[in-house]
Amino acid sequence: MITRPILAFVFSALLSAVASQSASADENFIIVQSTTSTQNSGLFDDLLPKFQEKSGIEVRVVAVGTGQAIKNATNGDGDVLLVHSRSSEEKFVTDGLGISRSDVMYNDFVIVGPPSDPAEIAGTKNVVAALQKIAETEAIFASRGDDSGTHKAELRLWKAADIDAVSASGKWYRETGSGMGATLNTGTGMGAYVMTDRATWIAFGNKGDYQIAVEGDTRLFNQYGVILVNPEAHPHVKATMGQSFIDWLLSKEGQAAIASFRIDDQQLFFPNGSKGSS
Amino acid sequence: MSSFWDALAGSFGLVIALDPDLMEIIGLSMRVTLTAVFLACLIGLPLGAAAGTFRFPGRTLLSVVLNALMGLPPVVVGLFVYLLLSASGPLGPLRLLYTPTAMIIAQMVIVTPIVAALTRQVVEDFNSEYAEQFASMGVGPLDRLMSLLWDGRYSLLTVALAGFGRAVAEVGAVIIVGGNINHVTRVMTTTIALETSKGNLQLAMALGIVLLTIAFVVNACVMGLRATAVRSAYA
Amino acid sequence: MRDFAFDMATGPSVGRQRDEQQPLLEACNIGFTARGEQLLHNVDIAIRQGSRTLIVGPNGAGKSLLLRLLHGLLQPSDGKVLWQGNALNAKAQRAQAMVFQRPVLLRRSVFANMKFALSVRGLRGQKRSDKILSALASAGLSHLSNRPARVLSGGEQQRLAVVRALACDPELLFLDEPTANLDPASTAAIEELVRDASARGVTIVLVTHDVGQARRLGEDLVFLQDGHVAESGPAQKILTEPQSEPARAWREGRIYLGPNTQSLCDFPGSKL
Repeated sequence: MITRPILAFVFSALLSAVASQSASADENFIIVQSTTSTQNSGLFDDLLPKFQEKSGIEVRVVAVGTGQAIKNATNGDGDVLLVHSRSSEEKFVTDGLGISRSDVMYNDFVIVGPPSDPAEIAGTKNVVAALQKIAETEAIFASRGDDSGTHKAELRLWKAADIDAVSASGKWYRETGSGMGATLNTGTGMGAYVMTDRATWIAFGNKGDYQIAVEGDTRLFNQYGVILVNPEAHPHVKATMGQSFIDWLLSKEGQAAIASFRIDDQQLFFPNGSKGSS
Repeated sequence: MSSFWDALAGSFGLVIALDPDLMEIIGLSMRVTLTAVFLACLIGLPLGAAAGTFRFPGRTLLSVVLNALMGLPPVVVGLFVYLLLSASGPLGPLRLLYTPTAMIIAQMVIVTPIVAALTRQVVEDFNSEYAEQFASMGVGPLDRLMSLLWDGRYSLLTVALAGFGRAVAEVGAVIIVGGNINHVTRVMTTTIALETSKGNLQLAMALGIVLLTIAFVVNACVMGLRATAVRSAYA
Repeated sequence: MRDFAFDMATGPSVGRQRDEQQPLLEACNIGFTARGEQLLHNVDIAIRQGSRTLIVGPNGAGKSLLLRLLHGLLQPSDGKVLWQGNALNAKAQRAQAMVFQRPVLLRRSVFANMKFALSVRGLRGQKRSDKILSALASAGLSHLSNRPARVLSGGEQQRLAVVRALACDPELLFLDEPTANLDPASTAAIEELVRDASARGVTIVLVTHDVGQARRLGEDLVFLQDGHVAESGPAQKILTEPQSEPARAWREGRIYLGPNTQSLCDFPGSKL
């Protein structure tokens, strides 16, 4: 009775709301689960338009830590995985969740620190020795602490230095539980040393007076790999489109595009693509 | 201090330049938030009104639950909606994860309890005034509900604004279920989070000021509308 | 505006011949208890079809409570209310209407308030509009039709409440101290509306504590004191020769303090 016109209005509004939502039914895209370092550095903003122009495929990147990216891909929420933690990637493939892993590119990690350099490690090439000095002097060190590729690499290095840094958590060892950028913001804010991938560091806009303290050790090598999520595990995976993206990344053209991405005249990623390199 | 003023100037620069990317982000923010708030009102208004009007078993419990849900952490909602919409989740086949629709759902889950709980309070006050008259007239339950909502419309506008404020400022849930994908699910708040993580603090701050301005304009428009309507209805 | 005080002397009791008929509404020994306190005791009254019955008594006697029980807004703890000999149900309630002491008007225009009440009764279209316009005209509210109801004066609001109730064509109209907050002119206007309705055959049950109003409007009268019916019968008789002490005290404007108390000095424990 009285309510009829109101109900009619509500229903028509509801219908129009639903209609506006179903507009995004364009299926010509893939989802890539990747890391914050590749996104924060701006690499994808440079690469993806080139790929889309050639293939007509839109690439949607979800940038999270490597651990989270692998978990999301395990749930089937992605078609391609592009991360940097070799052992986790290999496990992903052996578990049948991904089809063969390929090297794509590499860069390296660096340890950045304040100019006061409380642990006196500036200019050191030996990363293990540098970490031992940080622990010795109990200089503040900010860790990602988020199960990301960078975090896993950092933990491997502490192990190599034979130091149980995690036991000092909350004292000189500070786990931020955040992405690379957030950890850099926190670390620079409290005068801590931070291990970061070089790409994120170069692109980072809030360096303050921080400088690279440790670089050039072969153990700081940072390899990125790409994996197609296994359509046998998740039937909705867009395998053809995903594979063409991977093929393009590994092609001459894709590798050249990676190499040509520069910030402040510095190359951030070094292509070393080889198919099925795992 | 200077960086703050730089940010302020930067935000004006961004808006004046009508940067197409920024306009797209603002547009998506508004579309997601307004749709979510609209749907939340569609559920929350009748639900809250029912809790404020009718006596039924579990009514007090419902009120307590609604009030408690007002404090729901967005990240928890984000996770919940992610698990629901994930390809391995119960609603996976709908393929909604990493779409604006997923963000709308998450914001709706966050805002609906706020709208319902505040509506309950407003309607309860009106009901205590109207209940006897309605009973005397023999007004049916549905008409009672609609009449209370209609007569409380100016107070309920503020309720909707509270929901809008919460939704438009929300980042934790939408970044999980939306994925902050450029040109697809990137909204104001996730852009601010991204620029902060890139260390572009001034740009992030400038975007924050833009967001604040939009929220201010929306509030001012609604309150202005309300003031005019109230004046013509009561003066 | 007419002065009803003069009409009252000549006003014939229309309902007298219908004494033998079934009462329209009966309270059969009803009692009401809330939170362990008995607020009404054994109230046994009958409302004759077409009559004007006044429920009078001092503040706190239970007048408004009795009205709500008769209208079915509350259920009695003991006894029952009968409508034309049958239990009070939703259908019977729809044949009644009620005007409250403080008019409850929706936050809408005067017209919309009328429209709402009539829509509830299933009226719509031209018929509804015509009815609204004539009802507003009868209360002298036509020029305020588009005004928000909440900004009307107290007298206008109560007039609107009365014509809104009457527009639903009730057989019986309850009024709970409708003029308690009004000035004499507004009171007279309300009383005129009530008398017009009564003349059309609408049964009136009106709560008041105003002796003057009781004189002007009363046919039958029920006097309540502390939840008991102290006295009931033809209004004229009770108003001229009250039999009970509470009714006598009320008529003379005294406070009735108890069965053995004549003044505050006699009140048990008084130090006066």
